[in-house]
Amino acid sequence: MLRIEGVHTFYGAIEALKGVDLHVEEGEIVAMIGANGAGKSTLLMTICGVTPARRGQIVFDSNDITAERTDNIVRRGIACSPEGRRIFPRMSVLENLRMGALTSDPARYDDNLATVFELFPRLKEREGQRGGTLSGGEQQMLAIGRALMSEPTLLLLDEPSLGLAPLVVKQIFEAIHRINSQRRMTVLLVEQNAHHALRLAHRGYVMVTGQITMTGTGRELLENPEVKAAYLEGGHA
Amino acid sequence: MAYLLQQMINGLTLGSIYGLIAIGYTMVYGIIGMINFAHGEIYMIAAFVAVIAFTALSNAPLVVAILLVLLFTMLITAAYGWTIERVAYRPLRGSFRLAPLISAIGMSIFLQNYVQLVQGARNKPVPPMVQGGFTIMDDGGFTVQLSYLQIMIVVTTVVLMVCFTQFINTTSLGRQQRACEQDKTMAALLGVNVDRTVSMTFVMGAALAAVAGVMVTLYYGVVDFYLGFLAGLKAFTAAVLGGIGSLPGAMLGGLLIGLIEAVWAGYFSSEWKDVAAFSILVLVLIFRPQGLLGRPEVEKV
Ligand SMILES: Nc1ncnc2c1ncn2[C@@H]1O[C@H](COP(=O)(O)OP(=O)(O)OP(=O)(O)O)[C@@H](O)[C@H]1O
Ligand SMILES: [Mg+2]
Repeated sequence: MLRIEGVHTFYGAIEALKGVDLHVEEGEIVAMIGANGAGKSTLLMTICGVTPARRGQIVFDSNDITAERTDNIVRRGIACSPEGRRIFPRMSVLENLRMGALTSDPARYDDNLATVFELFPRLKEREGQRGGTLSGGEQQMLAIGRALMSEPTLLLLDEPSLGLAPLVVKQIFEAIHRINSQRRMTVLLVEQNAHHALRLAHRGYVMVTGQITMTGTGRELLENPEVKAAYLEGGHA
Repeated sequence: MAYLLQQMINGLTLGSIYGLIAIGYTMVYGIIGMINFAHGEIYMIAAFVAVIAFTALSNAPLVVAILLVLLFTMLITAAYGWTIERVAYRPLRGSFRLAPLISAIGMSIFLQNYVQLVQGARNKPVPPMVQGGFTIMDDGGFTVQLSYLQIMIVVTTVVLMVCFTQFINTTSLGRQQRACEQDKTMAALLGVNVDRTVSMTFVMGAALAAVAGVMVTLYYGVVDFYLGFLAGLKAFTAAVLGGIGSLPGAMLGGLLIGLIEAVWAGYFSSEWKDVAAFSILVLVLIFRPQGLLGRPEVEKV
């Protein structure tokens, strides 16, 4: 459903992605792990057209979206919960969710809202609260909920577990699992939390300084000694 | 006492006009972080369009004429607002910070000269149309007048501001505008066409300035190509006083500037009335840079 070939992305003269190849098939959860500064967030932003690729090609549902404008890419069915969550601070929780529903059928708004509230009951309690005053965990739930409101076929998640308490991390990963298994939603998940991410994912990629260095099923990567040494030792396992 | 009351009535009328213009400054600042110095000229152009339209409709019944002129002026002026953004600001987005500001000043000078060239440098009058009013107080010699026109200006402004605030707070386009104001990249990631939303903001600001332009034409009965300069600066002052970026702030700031100016002109010297407004600008910038209703810069997130 998503095919990325030889993608190079630059920030000025800095080459953040140096020829990335990757594919995501329908119904999969694909994890992307890598150290700080590897280019994971850049990859998601390149898919969304925020930092367009200078070279290479991105094909989504057999449409070339490499040079398309962000809002048009999103209208094709890609939703993103970006790095830093980017909740609208001076909008209520409900308004943030409404913004998420911009590209979906208004007739299905109530259903989608109910689904999000069922997934994250905390958001319902906080419905009227301003986004900027939510806790980090609540903001993360809101960022995912907002992305779901557009009924995407491909969901991009950038470090949904960052800075959250273990219990909340568990909740979020459970939610991702449910979204994928019950709603057949395809997920591309960027994570530092390699252990959780690879256990959840069907397949994974490892990115090092702008290049994919390894790929395999979640289990294969979990058991790979290099991955173990670089991303799993020291706590999580 | 009666004199003060009269000055306040005049001040509120003037303040309504400033408030309507100030909304354009504050919304554009909110969404793209620049002061659109050509906005005063938009208002001036609206006044000229109003003069032309009133002259063309001089045989129509008054109410019909006013409504048609309002509609026509708003449309033309909105087209100007849209074009200015496309021509002078959009190409510079992502350029260095001062670029759009310089472009705005250039656009302002251009529009002044353009109107001067096309319409001539002389004043353009319209005959008084909305006449009469109430005498609401007679204080041994001094009578306080409240004209129908003043009532019309204040009521129109209040109604417009209430509707506009509702629009921004409850409609999808209003929500998209607020989203762009808070985080353009995220707005785009949710499917907002950011460029179009910015365009719409210019169109709305221009349409409100158009209403102010029609009102001022009726109120003073004369327009010239220099009209936008001072009014623009004062409306800008109003926006800063209220808190730039804040919609209610722009309205409040407009009314306050109008009041201060009228009371100052009434008690001190009307020659120096412009000084009052700008002294306030300086004081606000020194002691409360975020303005009366503006929010302080620090934000969680
Ligand atoms: N706006 C920018 N301007 C210049 N360089 C940037 C910019 N954003 C990212 N970079 C650089 O691009 C590289 C990749 O950054 P990116 O944010 O994609 O990494 P990441 O894998 O998401 O890291 P993290 O795990 O810390 O979020 C880094 O070297 C970073 O410094
Ligand atoms: Mg990142």
